[in-house]
Amino acid sequence: MTQPRIELLLALLGAAAMVLAAMATPWLKFVLTLALAKGIAVLGIMLLLRAGQVSFGHALYVALGAYTVAFLAPSMPDAALLLVAAALGTTVAGLLIGLFVSRYREIFFGMLNLALSMVFYSMLEKFYHYTRGTDGIRVPSLTVAGVPLDRVSYEWTIFGMALVLALGFGVFARVYLASPLGQALSAIKTRETRLDFMGVSSRNVLLSAYVLSALMAGCAGALIAMTSRHVTPLLAYWTASGELVFIAILGGAGGVLGPFLGAAAYELVRVYAAATVADMWQMILGAVLLLVILFARGGIWGLLSSRLQRGRVA
Amino acid sequence: MPSSFQPTRRQALAAGFGSVLLPSALSAQAPAQRPSEIKIGVTTFLSGAPSVFGVPGRNAAEMLAEEINQSGGINGVPVRLFFVDEAPGIDHLVGEFRRLVQNERVDVMLASISSGSCLACTPLGEELRKVTLLWDCGTQRIFEERNYRYAFRTQANATPEILAPLLYLLKTKPDFRTIAVLNQDYAWGRDSWEIWKTAMDALKPGVRVVAELFPRFGATDFSAEVTRLLALRPDVILSTSWGGELDTFIRQAAERRLFERSTFVLPLAESSLERVGRSLPAGHIVGSRGDHWHQHPRPANPQALQRFVENYRRRYNAYPIYPTYHMAQAFSALRAAYAKAIAANGGNWPSDAQLAAAFPGLEFESPTSRMRIREDGQGLEPQLIGTTVHNDRFPFAVMDNMVVFPPEMVTTPAGQNSVNWLKTLTAEMVNRVPDPIRAG
Repeated sequence: MTQPRIELLLALLGAAAMVLAAMATPWLKFVLTLALAKGIAVLGIMLLLRAGQVSFGHALYVALGAYTVAFLAPSMPDAALLLVAAALGTTVAGLLIGLFVSRYREIFFGMLNLALSMVFYSMLEKFYHYTRGTDGIRVPSLTVAGVPLDRVSYEWTIFGMALVLALGFGVFARVYLASPLGQALSAIKTRETRLDFMGVSSRNVLLSAYVLSALMAGCAGALIAMTSRHVTPLLAYWTASGELVFIAILGGAGGVLGPFLGAAAYELVRVYAAATVADMWQMILGAVLLLVILFARGGIWGLLSSRLQRGRVA
Repeated sequence: MPSSFQPTRRQALAAGFGSVLLPSALSAQAPAQRPSEIKIGVTTFLSGAPSVFGVPGRNAAEMLAEEINQSGGINGVPVRLFFVDEAPGIDHLVGEFRRLVQNERVDVMLASISSGSCLACTPLGEELRKVTLLWDCGTQRIFEERNYRYAFRTQANATPEILAPLLYLLKTKPDFRTIAVLNQDYAWGRDSWEIWKTAMDALKPGVRVVAELFPRFGATDFSAEVTRLLALRPDVILSTSWGGELDTFIRQAAERRLFERSTFVLPLAESSLERVGRSLPAGHIVGSRGDHWHQHPRPANPQALQRFVENYRRRYNAYPIYPTYHMAQAFSALRAAYAKAIAANGGNWPSDAQLAAAFPGLEFESPTSRMRIREDGQGLEPQLIGTTVHNDRFPFAVMDNMVVFPPEMVTTPAGQNSVNWLKTLTAEMVNRVPDPIRAG
């Protein structure tokens, strides 16, 4: 079997495992929906990592997507419409901000993103009469495509939406990375001037990846808001951006499955750590990351794919 | 299911992975059998700045659970606690809430120190049909914006907690003409100022606000604000800050003698008194988010209060502060509710719905008084406000000239919006404030 085939098979197996786990334990459905949403956001981060750029501010788009849902939900209480609205809103925001930040590289790129996300965080916190500050906004119960649902079927629907979006974005990212535009991303990482000599605008290449990553983070934010049904400015805080980068490292940036493996591992480790020792979960999470950095540089996906390749050679 | 099958937490979690099908019926519909233990989920801050409240809250919960179990449990059933850290944010908290309800099958949730956490947990508890006791959060919005059948508050809310110190100020030092505020820049800081300002404009119109300072949440230095306040010389300085920020502000203001120029009103300072020691001078107004004070002048049951204070001090080497009393109130209410629900159910163990039905109108003992939960779910808690004084018994400032406000006087009537209600107050209200009690 070829590599893409194996990846697709693994993705479908993973999706099936998630559905089974969610069926077996109702509360895991919630955790896994969040994991899928974060995986989608991290997929966007991974596109930028391909170009060697680390964004420490993508929580901005997650929060923007989530607050779009929270603000529009009272007048438009439908999950499908809200998801589209959040996707549109974050794409436009990503384009506007991307026009500016795609001129910068490396530490400047990372820090500018961080700065902008913290500006947004402060706005959410300080425009108290509109955003309700740190108390956050409650998302009312939503219909899906006009159909009112009870709690359990609503949770399943959002879980399904997250799964479909994750698969869709995963396939899209795979095609995108294989396309000339995606290949040019790696060229930005190795040597950018070569792109210019080939007559390819490196700024436009990075901009396209940036807008895509904003779109993905926005969809993730919308899913998070529709799942946890309460949004707070903490979604835009720098630790939330750090969490996304953490997941990217944990999962490995090598393939499109990495972000989802990382997100699922992250959420599950956190939940199980918090359940075993409520006040030590940070230490356990930190230890896991240290182990990954020290012994598995390619992340979880790196471990898996090397195992697969060895299997094929043998 | 045989009664011998009691999975430990880890086994239950492993079962989640092993895709063992657990019954998914909610316990609200299940027939109620006398359980082998009452499981209580507690959400509190175990890390981050608000853990100055969260950890004493957890300490109190552990102490109370131990005491309950030693005395035979609640109606013969021992209690078991599950803690959740609020610090990682709403999505983690809401996930843990679901896990505790759906997987650990807790019987009751005690939700949250942070108002944001409460606003997220309360509707979720309602959806999952699980009794949720709001044990510590401040926001008054919960019961004013929606009705709940499963959520109840075993303490007051921001409105009485801010109105009481204002009334105390108007009674004891009525002649102030200017005021400045220094609050943390987040929802509580803004909300509490709105409550104070609205009530002050109704009760004593014409007070000039000379500065509204909202230093960033988590600030570690207030020297610029102290300089500004020294220059402005307001008669009164209000600060609803808490924790490390309040400690720092008190110390920096004391070093530069700001306390000599202005009267401070610090509605949450009871929780900082022991930490700041004698940095906090005498003659300033202090509150405790309720009638929580280890030297309460007229506790309903002096022996019970003394026992609570001494047990807590023996275990944790500190005086209890308001979150510990709030936790005791939640446990006491839960105990009373079980007794009431079992009596109403002909001696049988109550279902979730029957337990919830016991809370409206429920009366229970707090460490300092007897409290009631109103029909809308809001707890009616007295408010104790005092003026600081130094004495030889304590190495820190304590309260004197204490006024215990009856809850009916300072709590927004059921079904009304706090801000609208505060606008209708009149100056006559100050005459109804009870007389101060001298410390014994």
